[in-house]
Amino acid sequence: MKALRLTCLLAATLIAAGSSALAQTPNRIKIGLVSTLSGPNGALGEEIRDAFNLAVQLNGGNLGGVPVEVIVGDDQFNPQVGKQLFERMVKRDKVDFMTGVVFSNIMLAGLPEATNERVFYVSPNAAPSPLAGKECNPFFFVASWPNDAYHEMAGQHATARGFKSAYLLAPNYQAGKDSLAGFKRFYKGKVVDEVYTKLGQLDYSAELAQIRAAKPEVMYAFLPGGMGVNFIKQFVAAGLNKDIRLLLPGFGADQDISRGVGDVMLGINDTAHWALDLNNAANRRFVAEFEKAYKRLPTVYAAQGYDTALILDATIRSVKGNLSDKDAVRKALREVKFDSVRGSFRFNTNHYPIQNYYLREVKKDAQGRLVNLLASPQPIATNHGDAYVQECTMR
Amino acid sequence: MQLGPSPASALPKPASWPVWLLLTLAAAALGFWMHGAGLDYYLSMISRMMIYGLAACSLNLILGYGGLVSFGHAAYLGIGAYTVGILITEGMPNGWLGFGLAMVVSALLALVIGAISLRTKGVYFIMITLAFAQMLFYLVNSVKAYGGDEGLNIKMRSDFGLGIVLKNNLHFFLLVLFCLVVCLAFMHMVMRSRMGRVVLAQRDDDIRTEALGFAVYRYQLALFVMAGAIGGLAGALLVNQQNYVSPNLMHWTQSGVLMIMVILGGVGTLAGGLWGALLLLTLEDLIAEVTPHWQFYVGWVLLAVVLLAPKGLSGLPDLWRRKPTPPSGGDA
Amino acid sequence: MTWILFLEQALNGLQFGLMLFLLASGLTLVFGIMDMINLAHGALYMVGAFLAAWLAQLTQSFVLGILLAVPLTALFGMVMESTLLRTLYARDHMSQVLATFSLILIINETVRMIWGTDMPLAAPASLSGPVELLPGLYYPSYRLVIIAVGLVLAGLLYLAVTRTRVGAWVRAGASNREMAMAMGINIKRLFTLVFGLGAALCAVAGALLGPLMAVQVGMGETVLILAFVVIVIGGIGSIWGAFVGSLLVGFVDTFGRTLMPALFREIFPPQVASAAGPAVASIMVYLLMAVVLFLRPQGLFSRR
Repeated sequence: MKALRLTCLLAATLIAAGSSALAQTPNRIKIGLVSTLSGPNGALGEEIRDAFNLAVQLNGGNLGGVPVEVIVGDDQFNPQVGKQLFERMVKRDKVDFMTGVVFSNIMLAGLPEATNERVFYVSPNAAPSPLAGKECNPFFFVASWPNDAYHEMAGQHATARGFKSAYLLAPNYQAGKDSLAGFKRFYKGKVVDEVYTKLGQLDYSAELAQIRAAKPEVMYAFLPGGMGVNFIKQFVAAGLNKDIRLLLPGFGADQDISRGVGDVMLGINDTAHWALDLNNAANRRFVAEFEKAYKRLPTVYAAQGYDTALILDATIRSVKGNLSDKDAVRKALREVKFDSVRGSFRFNTNHYPIQNYYLREVKKDAQGRLVNLLASPQPIATNHGDAYVQECTMR
Repeated sequence: MQLGPSPASALPKPASWPVWLLLTLAAAALGFWMHGAGLDYYLSMISRMMIYGLAACSLNLILGYGGLVSFGHAAYLGIGAYTVGILITEGMPNGWLGFGLAMVVSALLALVIGAISLRTKGVYFIMITLAFAQMLFYLVNSVKAYGGDEGLNIKMRSDFGLGIVLKNNLHFFLLVLFCLVVCLAFMHMVMRSRMGRVVLAQRDDDIRTEALGFAVYRYQLALFVMAGAIGGLAGALLVNQQNYVSPNLMHWTQSGVLMIMVILGGVGTLAGGLWGALLLLTLEDLIAEVTPHWQFYVGWVLLAVVLLAPKGLSGLPDLWRRKPTPPSGGDA
Repeated sequence: MTWILFLEQALNGLQFGLMLFLLASGLTLVFGIMDMINLAHGALYMVGAFLAAWLAQLTQSFVLGILLAVPLTALFGMVMESTLLRTLYARDHMSQVLATFSLILIINETVRMIWGTDMPLAAPASLSGPVELLPGLYYPSYRLVIIAVGLVLAGLLYLAVTRTRVGAWVRAGASNREMAMAMGINIKRLFTLVFGLGAALCAVAGALLGPLMAVQVGMGETVLILAFVVIVIGGIGSIWGAFVGSLLVGFVDTFGRTLMPALFREIFPPQVASAAGPAVASIMVYLLMAVVLFLRPQGLFSRR
């Protein structure tokens, strides 16, 4: 009986191995895209995936002139699942590039699976500060923005607006810590309190009571996805928006959040590296095509996913589809030139972006939809990098 | 109707050592072949299944043989994994130290939890083991220094010296196989001993056993500690296999998964946990390729097993041969 | 801590506790009368929330959504009871645990297949602002509604159990099932009824909490543990015990979340304090249960 069971297992393994071996079609570039596609934060991963696929589709199913297969996986907001997906895609499916993850904690769990096997990871979102500095990695590139950047800009803006006291809130994980550190780096007023909540927490009644008691002038909250929707709704429900100004990082007030929250979002300011109405040809095309394909307006996540595909497109083209020389690919990535939807873009020596940042405001567009548009076409910061690049000793 | 074998057939049959040896050698040979054939990904997958199998077998010790429904067993897995993970992170990758300490810490934890929990019975026991597991989960979650709820990445595997390089998938597979066989042999000897008989007796009727003069509590506690130690060993292996550990490993739903493995493979049988783990994880992987809703199918399979085939995989031959199960004692 | 802050947190604790009560009351009756551990109780809470979200979308009315979802969930619960769960009464606890655990998997995935992983559920716009209860004390009106509904239902339940004949049967069944059957009470039908009632209460809680938390697959598991903690503390089979236990857990958890971090922040740096604070608060609930089990293993108000 036991021997029979063991033989069956062996047979199953062989079949699985054989079928995956047969599935290898040559001359195709495989890209593994792991993201959060389910749960209250699933909208963010969907934005990245949809935008990435759109870019591939607009290029006729190719990137860099080579046919591309995008393998998608759902990390279910769980680092362990994400790590297993990375392992499967790198070791079994033998992908050429990995990308996709929204949340830093999941990405940090999965990244070694890629970089240890010398597979490049181009991040369409997560960009934690340790990887910008001491732990910079030759196989890790960021196509979005350094985790601190939006928050630095927000801190700068809060100072410029003359808010004397601020209350800070973020979830207790790497990006959360980066966000408040960034805000404090550029904010010159008094930080009344700095609270870290549980990642994924949805009920903020206890924290809101504390905020009310602390009476700050401005409230800065870093809460992506479902967390942000709930917090803003509860903030307003508790009546706190009457006396306290709410300032958010770009994605905290983006289209997915305003869809969930509603009209109370009007007038809220936020900081980001991209906006719907940024005036360049690539962006105009992107927004139009995205809306046509998916019947909704894109968020920053989508813009980042789209740009990631464009980066890979330019890189693959530059090495003429030959990905076996990793150093050549890295050089191509480092020097990549493409028409980004955000305007100017280049990689810093630590593979993090140098770009412009803008102040945005939630307004209503011609069709009455809540949209996040430029408060002013002038960037509030130009060619801004990150604070950790000096610590990176990579060459 | 009681889940698991009836008292008469509950004792493990005397070990057919030749069969065990043959199976072990066959498994080792399989490992060598797969490594040579470049199927390392699958080898590491099988290693992972075997580790979960070991964990499930340790649960079967207290659940199947002991009749103690502990919803907190995953805690030992987690503690074992974190012990090794923390040691490696702090620059002490010595495998002997790591694995040894993992087992000791898990055993101590089991001693403390068991000492308190075993004073309760029935649903209270279930709840209190669950409570302890959740406490540990939240505690570990809050220790940011070792990752908190992001989990802990470890940069290298344990170092045992003696030419064993765990980074090599074959070496790792053989280590897992070795641990598995040794632990199964140990559990077999325990259950064949006097202690084993007392354990089975108290499972079926603890009051009567107590009345016969046996200190049931002490036997239960000893069993609990053994199961905890083996769970810790499984955890130490797991953190090496994944190069990662997160508090999710200790969540009560993970204990539930281990229970599923036990029941699928056969409650109260020696290697039931192993077969259950192999079956469940293979099913998971295969069905997940086809549909994201694999939990739906697994749920029905499990329900069917609980309702129709209470002895799990190990009981299938009896079902096919239509052997009537002898009436069991216990609650109606 | 100011008086305003204290009152606000007290209200938060009350709201949380009352919702827990809705879940725990059904669970304690099921356990008390039929001696069955039903892990799928949390799944009923989830089904109620999803039905409410879906129906609210269809009818464009939050109230209609809840009113329709409740009887539908009750029906679902009763069907589940009379087909599957009835076969488990005679089985041992482990079988019940495993069978209902697999039911969780099945129900979770079925909901995911029908509605996806989550659904939006918004409270009526009229309730999206605060109410000034006392000068300076603003409290979200929606949460006040939750508290009101919870109190009313608790009162009705108490009256039903203590003042009606059916209620007497329920109490009899919880005390001694065999005796109740010997006295001529149709325990099977009574039980289906009780199960349906429990499912209905779960649905109310799920629908009410939906706008505050997220209506998502797996939402049942988190509250399930707390519900079990409540009934263990309160005593199995006792509605009054479930009420006291729920409030106790609600207050301990809410105050723990705020007092602990404040305390820790005096001692540790902010990130450590903010992780340890909520962690210790959650542990406090389990510690409470462990203490109660140790001192009075049958719970505070047990009927056995």
